[in-house]
Amino acid sequence: MASYENVLIFTGTLDLETVKTAIGSYRESLQSLGAEIIHEDFWGLRPLAYPIDKHTTGYYIVTEYQAPTNTVARMEVLYKRDERILRFLTVSLDKFAVDYNARKRNGLIGRKQKASAEEASTEETIAAEAVVEQVTESSNPEPTTQEA
Amino acid sequence: MATAKDIRYLTTPKLSQLPKKYCRFKKAGIRYIDYKDPDFLLKFLNEQGKILPRRLTGNSLKFQRRVAQAIKRARHLAILPYVTDLLK
Repeated sequence: MASYENVLIFTGTLDLETVKTAIGSYRESLQSLGAEIIHEDFWGLRPLAYPIDKHTTGYYIVTEYQAPTNTVARMEVLYKRDERILRFLTVSLDKFAVDYNARKRNGLIGRKQKASAEEASTEETIAAEAVVEQVTESSNPEPTTQEA
Repeated sequence: MATAKDIRYLTTPKLSQLPKKYCRFKKAGIRYIDYKDPDFLLKFLNEQGKILPRRLTGNSLKFQRRVAQAIKRARHLAILPYVTDLLK
């Protein structure tokens, strides 16, 4: 069993119901292949940074799961067959990525806590943490605003 | 003859005393770079969406590789553009 993260982009011309049922069916086929789903994050309808096949918007769904090694190849066949999917990407996660995702899910991302824990740190590290704090601020509100 | 206006430096500027560049990932203890976070990756792109070189960002080779990988993944997923103008 290894950890994977999968991002699917459905075409923006679909309605929300169709997308939700499609996501449900892919979740089931993942589970039937022996995968254990850890987290699902639906970003909702988002503008694409550049048009793909003349589509300018897409529904993003991010799934984190643990699965046997042959699962990804089998799932990608299904994704390729589906015309509603504009793009997909499956990435294997190392232990740092799994840790990062877990902290992001809990709204921690570690840095703000770290800042309070290490207040006596030097100016340089504070500057570096400020950089990271921007990350947490920017990454958290995004999914909620998209869903609304 | 050179007037006072033409003389910009009485002594040569000390290039050796520029602040030393550092790898922000090593310094802040970041172990994983998220490809789904465009605002963070924007720090490593120029206005045309090109990846900035290490000599400007100061990243270590290890993390420059990971930044590049994350940016390329984000581009594939249309989170970041491949080519653009006035990105920032």
